[in-house]
Amino acid sequence: MTYIADQVDVAVIGGGHAGCEAALAAARMGKKTALFTMSLDSIAMMPCNPNVGGTSKGHLVREIDALGGEMGKNIDRTYIQSRMLNTAKGPAVHSLRAQADKLKYTSTMKRILEKTENLSIKQQEIVNILVEDNKVTGVVTNRGAVYGCKAAILAGGTYIRSRCLTGDSIEYTGPNGLKSSNELSEALKKLGIELRRFKTGTPARVDARTVDFDQMEPQHGDEIIVPFSFEHTEEDIKREQFPCYLTYTNEKTHQIIRDNLHRSPLYAGVIEGTGPRYCPSIEDKVVRFADKERHQIFLEPEGENTTEMYVQGMSSSLPEEVQLAMLRSIKGLENVDVMRTGYAIEYDCIDPLQLKHSLEFKIIEGFFSAGQMNGSSGYEEAAAQGLVAGINAALKVSGKEPIIIDRSEGYIGVLIDDLVTKGTKEPYRMMTSRAEYRLLLRQDNADLRLTEKGYAAGLISEERYQKFIEKRQSIDAELNRLKNVYVGTSEKVQQILEVKNSTLLRSGIALSELLKRPELEYEDFEEVDETRPDLSNDIIHQVMIELKYEGYISRQLKQVEQFKKLERKLLPEDIDYDDVYSLRLEAKQKLKQIKPISIGQASRISGVSPADISVLLVYLEQRRRTKKEEE
Amino acid sequence: MLFDDTIAAISTPIGVGGIGIIRISGSDTISIVDKVFRAANKKSLLNIPSHTITYGHIVNAAGNVLDEVLVMLMRAPKTFTREDVIEINCHGGPVPLNAVLMEVIKAGARLADQGDFTKRAFLNGRIDLAQVEAIMDIIESKTELSLAQAVEQLEGKLSRQIKAYQDILLQIIARIEVSIDYPEYDMDEPITSDFQQELSDLLENLNLLLETADTGKMIREGVKTAIIGRPNVGKSSLLNALLEENKAIVTDIPGTTRDVVEAYLNIEGVPFLLLDTAGIRETEDIVEKIGVERSKTSIEEADLVLFLIDTHAGITDQDIELLDQVRGKKVFYILNKADLGSVIPQEIIESYLSNGEIISLSAKQHEGLPLLKQVMKNFIAEGKGKVSGGVTLSNRRQKESLINAITSLEKVIEAITIGLPEDCLAIDLHDSYGHLGMIVGEALKDEIISELFSRFCLGK
Repeated sequence: MTYIADQVDVAVIGGGHAGCEAALAAARMGKKTALFTMSLDSIAMMPCNPNVGGTSKGHLVREIDALGGEMGKNIDRTYIQSRMLNTAKGPAVHSLRAQADKLKYTSTMKRILEKTENLSIKQQEIVNILVEDNKVTGVVTNRGAVYGCKAAILAGGTYIRSRCLTGDSIEYTGPNGLKSSNELSEALKKLGIELRRFKTGTPARVDARTVDFDQMEPQHGDEIIVPFSFEHTEEDIKREQFPCYLTYTNEKTHQIIRDNLHRSPLYAGVIEGTGPRYCPSIEDKVVRFADKERHQIFLEPEGENTTEMYVQGMSSSLPEEVQLAMLRSIKGLENVDVMRTGYAIEYDCIDPLQLKHSLEFKIIEGFFSAGQMNGSSGYEEAAAQGLVAGINAALKVSGKEPIIIDRSEGYIGVLIDDLVTKGTKEPYRMMTSRAEYRLLLRQDNADLRLTEKGYAAGLISEERYQKFIEKRQSIDAELNRLKNVYVGTSEKVQQILEVKNSTLLRSGIALSELLKRPELEYEDFEEVDETRPDLSNDIIHQVMIELKYEGYISRQLKQVEQFKKLERKLLPEDIDYDDVYSLRLEAKQKLKQIKPISIGQASRISGVSPADISVLLVYLEQRRRTKKEEE
Repeated sequence: MLFDDTIAAISTPIGVGGIGIIRISGSDTISIVDKVFRAANKKSLLNIPSHTITYGHIVNAAGNVLDEVLVMLMRAPKTFTREDVIEINCHGGPVPLNAVLMEVIKAGARLADQGDFTKRAFLNGRIDLAQVEAIMDIIESKTELSLAQAVEQLEGKLSRQIKAYQDILLQIIARIEVSIDYPEYDMDEPITSDFQQELSDLLENLNLLLETADTGKMIREGVKTAIIGRPNVGKSSLLNALLEENKAIVTDIPGTTRDVVEAYLNIEGVPFLLLDTAGIRETEDIVEKIGVERSKTSIEEADLVLFLIDTHAGITDQDIELLDQVRGKKVFYILNKADLGSVIPQEIIESYLSNGEIISLSAKQHEGLPLLKQVMKNFIAEGKGKVSGGVTLSNRRQKESLINAITSLEKVIEAITIGLPEDCLAIDLHDSYGHLGMIVGEALKDEIISELFSRFCLGK
């Protein structure tokens, strides 16, 4: 029996990182939104690593913030250690990472949801999606409640038909023993959605009271804290930080693993799902890198008010007693107590090639999908997709065009384009090497890249937008000013150069030119630069990056121009690829499956060659002229 | 893959006519040509009005003049492709024409694909629908053939060599990418160890390979070998002797404007294209004069000259006149009619023929031919023709890609010297890798990610 429970604009299935961003975005855009979660206690839960950010993931979080998402703000409120990684390596790859207080992160996010207008939060399992005329019309709970909706967002994470494996023990649950959702898969299949099976894993959590930290190397947070959110200042969020600890596996650890490999569900062939290469279990590492004498292990606190510690580097699905033995073989962990056992988890997800860039299913209007459900991995990847799906679901309800972020505008664009164009054979992790315009997509300029888009969506306040406009103007003004400040060969100037071990000037030069030298900093010329305005550090930072990497930046900008031209060459939806003379068979099949929106997207599909693209271009022009003649 | 980058190609048939034209089209046309062109009136092309002709020189990076040219500048949209177009009128001849084209490519243009100019003209609305089918055919034939062909054309050795170079780059790129994406392993993996030396070595190797590019062309088309000598010295006999022995086919190449006989000769796998003036009747003075003119042309084009001397008759004034013309060329001196006995004193040989190998033979009696062939083959095989290790680049497109790979690599090394960070280095390393990939027909980004996980132990 079913009954009509309510009518909403947007129904969000799942309360993880994708679901939260999706629901918040839709509700903030004024749409009546309902978020359905299997458990209200697991909203924005972090079932694996206790941190947010890191290389490229930190970029994603900054971009989420620039668009008006919540993740950056929430980690700023709940971090217990913050570090800027890669500071020695150039501005494009500086990456923020923060250790989170897991419980606080969850409860704070739940509180944000609760305070959001237009948003209702329900502990309900969705078992069916209602579709009429290829349009989504509602979702159905396991108790028969029907929620009518104009758009729905699938954000089921790793809970769909999931099972957890430790040795030969199999539990049919989601992460952390939470209930899995077992009926949705069938319902999705009936709608014509293709599913696949992926696998990932998590290490044990150990009790800090049983760890000998004196045997390990502590890793502290930064002195100067850079917030994730562009709306926060360092003062807003500064607080006490807690260290992580580094130790190593050894030959004894490896021997224990080798002796028990046959008991690993992965090696015994019990696991069917495809696991990520970048997240190998410790048994994988020992087998594949047999000649490595040790692997590094980080102990990371799971929160301020808990003794639980995450053992990064020890993801394993070996039997419990083997996990304990190998942990105890490690320096500093000789007497360790395990609080939670590590496990591998298998789950259903969709093939993302079925989605448009808006994250809407091609075959079902108004039905969106985001997060690990789409074959990605990681909290940040999930949140980014959730935000985009939430924005576009709300726009759909309003009858507006979706907001798309392209590969030149953000890591979010790279992430989504990779998923919907290339698909993925393993859980997809963001990496900076996936971005072709890496030097432009920096974490420091995420606001400059994306605030406009967030403002257009209605997720950026007028006040914040005005501040952003001012910042942008200040940067341009200062760049212009520096180009017109001439530095002569005065004694003072030469002295500054001498101190900095920089070649002395033989004639006058614009300060903008002089500052391009790697060894010179903005502050060095304070004394001689008389018209210098009082600027904030982040503006100076932007100006200096623009100057120092101008050559590379302008090269990448030029490539982006080319890229945009191809993105703007749209492929009509009604194109019949069988009709396109002289396309190769493989290209035809791929194009028919993926239905790219532009020549640019088509060119990134594997199996579509440059010659195929030429054929398409000629076909398009031919078609355009034929149409013109007919008119 | 770009559709409005700047393309360049030789648009006149090779080797024919007094002038050759290089056509360049695309948004950067004018600035690219401006980099390599020095106008006689010292004006920059950027400021020259459309549809005008400017006289000047094409100059390479070292400042050497490559050719004296006329540059015809046509700004968009009133051009064939509706893009900015420049046509450089050069002094014909494949050598200067190729040199100018390569300089234009080094300055930033891309070698045009077959049908590229026409395709652009069509896409920019310049030509009509009726011509489309023909373009489609061109593209289609490329679709089916080009990739397979490009790879097939490669000698396995070259392909392996390029891949080995790519592998070196890939490993360096992987090291950088790992250190960027997995900084927590910096202390664990010796990732950013000094790779400057590796890059310098690689650059040296790529430059060596580039030097072979011209030899590669020699091998593919045959080593152009001119048989030179005054009348009645035995050129025909030598040609016949060489060909008879090898049962090669003599062909008159149709369509050429010369009356030179060209014949292919294969010596143990090395092809030679013999250019011979023997077909010319030499009895009348006027024809004899033409014969000398023809010889001159043959000498100019030749990679190798076989200079015949009648040992029995000695060195004549006519010989000395001809000797003057082969100066600067690779020459083998053939002392023919050795069976009749030599009248040339040793000191004369030493003073006139010291700059090349000397081989005594009798073409008529077929004596000494194996030795000649041995020497000819060794000219290529032993690297005297600049072939190193037998690995050669054989076409212009491969050469273009190699030049691009080298340019990118030079930028990396420069950036390291300046002290720029890894994310900047990575840009040109990726480019260099991609250009090498064009030579062997592959360039995949995913390879880098695979490399990360196969070589390094990463992840939680």
